[in-house]
Amino acid sequence: MNEMNITSAQYVAKEGKDICIKATIDGDNVIVPNNASGNRHYDEIMKQVAAGELTIADAD
Amino acid sequence: MSKAAELAALIGSQTALSNRNLIINGAMQVDQRNATTTATGYTVDRFLVAKSNFDELVIAITQDTDNPSGNGFSNSLKVAVTTAESAQAANEVMYLEQRIEGQNLQQLAYGTSSAKSLTLSFWVKSPLAGKHSVLFYQTTPNRSNLQSYTVSSANTWEYKTITIDGDTSGNIANDNTSEFSVFWPLSSGTDFTGTPHTGWGAHSNTDDFAHSDSVNIAAQTGNFFLTGVQLELGEQATPFEHRSVHDELARCQRYYWQVAGASQIVGQGFYYSTSEFDCIVNLPQTMRAAPTFTPSNNSGDFQVTNISDAFDTWTAQQFFDGSRVNVYVTSGVSGTKGDSGYVRHMNSTSKIQFDAEL
Repeated sequence: MNEMNITSAQYVAKEGKDICIKATIDGDNVIVPNNASGNRHYDEIMKQVAAGELTIADAD
Repeated sequence: MSKAAELAALIGSQTALSNRNLIINGAMQVDQRNATTTATGYTVDRFLVAKSNFDELVIAITQDTDNPSGNGFSNSLKVAVTTAESAQAANEVMYLEQRIEGQNLQQLAYGTSSAKSLTLSFWVKSPLAGKHSVLFYQTTPNRSNLQSYTVSSANTWEYKTITIDGDTSGNIANDNTSEFSVFWPLSSGTDFTGTPHTGWGAHSNTDDFAHSDSVNIAAQTGNFFLTGVQLELGEQATPFEHRSVHDELARCQRYYWQVAGASQIVGQGFYYSTSEFDCIVNLPQTMRAAPTFTPSNNSGDFQVTNISDAFDTWTAQQFFDGSRVNVYVTSGVSGTKGDSGYVRHMNSTSKIQFDAEL
């Protein structure tokens, strides 16, 4: 009922490894931990990715 | 009989003399964000407000000082409807909710023949007299128990209690995820009302979220207030368990913490390279899960103090061990690899937030 509005998501990499996700969620620019099941933002990102509603861009 | 004995008799054998309240911040005294929310999100700590699909409704959610005088409360959560929804669509819904970790609820013994009863008590001041809904919801088995309370007089503080049976068919996972919620539906379109089951049963949003004959808080301007929320084992509502601000704040900071304002210290760190400053932020409490990091982003919001590097915002977070987070910046800083320093806020707009809400 209260699905988050995620308008962008991109991995941030360090030394070749994705370490977090920069995202815009409900208008806020947030830094979401990677592989962090239980974090509500990470879980929602992955839910929307699985549903084909969101793509996480590769790191710069 | 002594007061202690009276309390013990009142509580009965099902619950404890202290730490009875399963709700965090039930007195609405902790408001770390100190902000007005007009959409889905948190205002007063631990209480989520959700507002979905409305096309006219304008609300403002804040901590307020209106309270049921003489009952020991200084604050309440206020839902102000400043522009009403003239015609509610089926998919429009607004509610308050508190989510509870499963590992804090194992004493309920749900899913066993010994499942315990729960009693919810709270003070409410509603702009509308009449029937209001309250929903108890278990996440893992997707089961719910829809109840109601009646407000006798509009815009008047009233004390309400609701007792529900234990759920012998329930299942509350013993982990750190959201396993149980209490909802206060405030406005529910027909997608969320139907023919609810009685007591505990399989949940369907279309039947079980709210009673179809509940009042609609969104249909007119007015203010809805809530405070003194207590959820406890047993069939008897006991006096509200007032906890110190320190205790309540510590509980809230397991789920959310922020530092805001000029001159506040973020943490100590060092130059990982000539263009990257790494910082360790010590969290005041062990957080429930790896938190989402939300830094402000204004010109010169942060500074590496002994290097005098000012920067606008942070680049990333990397490590989390429960009570510490490693964050770093790669834009706007320049130093000698290995040099140490600490980061502080420079502006009134400077802010860092860590969110591990359920």
